[in-house]
Amino acid sequence: MAAVQETVDRVRQIDVDQYRYGFETLIESEKAPKGLSEDTVRFISAKKNEPAWMLEWRLEAYRRWLTMTEPTWARVNYPKIDYQDLYYYSAPKPKKQLASLDEIDPEILKTYEKLGIPLREVAVLEGVVRPEGEAAPAGRRIAVDAVFDSVSVATTFKEELKKAGVIFMPISEAIREHPELVKKYLGTVVPTSDNFFATLNSAVFSDGSFVYVPPGVRCPMELSTYFRINERNTGQFERTLIIADKGSYVSYLEGCTAPQRDENQLHAAVVELVTLDDAEIKYSTVQNWYPGNSEGKGGIYNFVTKRGDCRGNNSKISWTQVETGSAITWKYPSCILRGDNSRGEFYSIAISNGHQQVDSGTKMIHLGKNTTSRIISKGIAAGVSQNTYRGLVTAHRKATGARNYTACDSLLIGDKCGAHTVPYVEAKNSSALFEHEATTSKISEDVLFYCVQRGLSQEEAVGLVVNGFVKDVLQQLPMEFAVEAQKLISISLEGSVG
Amino acid sequence: MSLLEVKDLQVRVEDREILHGLSLTVNKGEVHAIMGPNGSGKSTLSHVIAGKPGYEVTGGEILFGGEDLLAMSPDQRSAKGVFLAFQYPVEIPGVTTMTFLRTALNAQRKARGESEFLVPEFLKKAYAVAERLNIPREMLKRGVNVGFSGGEKKRNEILQMALFEPALCILDEMDSGLDIDALRVAADGVNALRSPDRAMVVITHYQRLLNYIIPDFVHVMSKGRVVKSGGKELALELEASGYAQFEDAA
Repeated sequence: MAAVQETVDRVRQIDVDQYRYGFETLIESEKAPKGLSEDTVRFISAKKNEPAWMLEWRLEAYRRWLTMTEPTWARVNYPKIDYQDLYYYSAPKPKKQLASLDEIDPEILKTYEKLGIPLREVAVLEGVVRPEGEAAPAGRRIAVDAVFDSVSVATTFKEELKKAGVIFMPISEAIREHPELVKKYLGTVVPTSDNFFATLNSAVFSDGSFVYVPPGVRCPMELSTYFRINERNTGQFERTLIIADKGSYVSYLEGCTAPQRDENQLHAAVVELVTLDDAEIKYSTVQNWYPGNSEGKGGIYNFVTKRGDCRGNNSKISWTQVETGSAITWKYPSCILRGDNSRGEFYSIAISNGHQQVDSGTKMIHLGKNTTSRIISKGIAAGVSQNTYRGLVTAHRKATGARNYTACDSLLIGDKCGAHTVPYVEAKNSSALFEHEATTSKISEDVLFYCVQRGLSQEEAVGLVVNGFVKDVLQQLPMEFAVEAQKLISISLEGSVG
Repeated sequence: MSLLEVKDLQVRVEDREILHGLSLTVNKGEVHAIMGPNGSGKSTLSHVIAGKPGYEVTGGEILFGGEDLLAMSPDQRSAKGVFLAFQYPVEIPGVTTMTFLRTALNAQRKARGESEFLVPEFLKKAYAVAERLNIPREMLKRGVNVGFSGGEKKRNEILQMALFEPALCILDEMDSGLDIDALRVAADGVNALRSPDRAMVVITHYQRLLNYIIPDFVHVMSKGRVVKSGGKELALELEASGYAQFEDAA
């Protein structure tokens, strides 16, 4: 039918150049020499004034990395990365030692202002549209750690968090100030030898956030880290470590953007979460790295290892992600359900448009007794993109009473894109109960016509239908993030239908 | 000026001509019934007026309030006051009826350069209209048409009609899938919306709907043309003698 043809034509003309965060900040920066060697690792460690044990840890990872090869099992294609052609460290050149926010390079402050990230300690809820019938909440505050290229430039609300006993600081500072905690937990969820990209990260990571919530404490505000890659030819290797001690709770948000550039940039992060007995971590991501232009040129390679360890009994880890950016996404936020009665959750919206490639999903590894997990994945593919859900659910021999529920839904817009679901399900204990449901559908011309007949434009109609499709997951996000994510979803799909 | 003027309309779907020069004039305040056997082109006419993709107009024109309707996109036509009540309303999971109604009404208002409704203002209006139509509030909180019965879906169409206050309502086979009680409820809703400022085109295969929505004019379509027009008594005549007599006339 003609309508389908029109859609296809429009899809072909998709312009993902509508990326709104593609500007570049012109500041002086200090870089490590190009390329990767033991010297690079030493350079980074020295820049960070690290203790000897940390350098040793990095070098061990680096040596290990030399023996490893890049994984090829994901359904993504990209030219070989020349690891010697990258900068592994780039920091805005400090004019002097910073005593307060006022001394941060105004260009950087402006950058975060443009991105809408509050580095001043203010409530950020103005102008947020609330769902119908919901009362206005009191102005909620969010503590922010801003990571610019390789270093953290600002962390807000530090003092107030300290009063509650919560440690929230750049990991480079935590290595110096809380070595006992870092030593105890770093690399225990994602070991240095885990995989090619995680090992690389272990050798060269330069900054990221560190969170420790002491026993029985409910973190008084949302914590968030905002990652920005600015420098050309620079990889960003951040490392995040969050520990929720017994009976504590923390909600953590992560956002990311990068300038528009012709070349591909590598982002290989590692995130480790640990929950002890009765603790809970809720980790939310809105990933909006530059996706490349309409020809598929440029964009971020997002090769990330995220894993949580429900180490204690009755503990819980919940991942929520909204993935709209990156040229390539390779990412599987996972849960190791070690403690008895622990629970893992994974809620995901992955949108691919233009030439984007997404291979994302989760691993739920049931080790303890009566552990439960839930996976809700919504993939939306438009343009000529490829969108793959890859997930592993496994129950160990001793994981009596393990339960999992998985629902993977894919929505296709146009007929040049692909959606794929690759579930691995493995139960070594006969009492395990695993459920898997999957659907793939095309956005229907009849539904779109119904909406436009009622006055919506084509794009508004697609936005509405897609937002309905992902509603179950959006509801899992903290409200401020949900509103942002909803807008982002509409923007990501602009021009995807005729 | 007539509200709707369809002049010598010729329409193709792929390589087949469906309408071969159809003309129809509808004035404000009038209710027109279009009857005809399956495949006579009734639904095609309603789709072309509303701007559904997939139809190629090869000749003739449609004027709406004197303006060239065919030059407008479907959403522009909606903002101008063209409303099509669907034979099979679609389901939109995850989007509550209330959100849908507000988004749609505000989109129409915006296109007309009118101010958009704020949430509280809109809720008040929507609840009032729903109450008039005997639609429980709970229904407005469910996904658009998701899990609705046939009768509920049609009532939801009428609710939108009442809320958007269009100048022209086209009801496509409103009686399909309804039992007699549901039909009566739906027809009452439609009758309540009859007004000197509004015109209606009721498309139906069966005469029984016209016992409840009494038309001012009846047109019989066959093979892509209007073959006979008359008053409401024409419907009864058809009921008695069937469509066969028109098959040859076409």
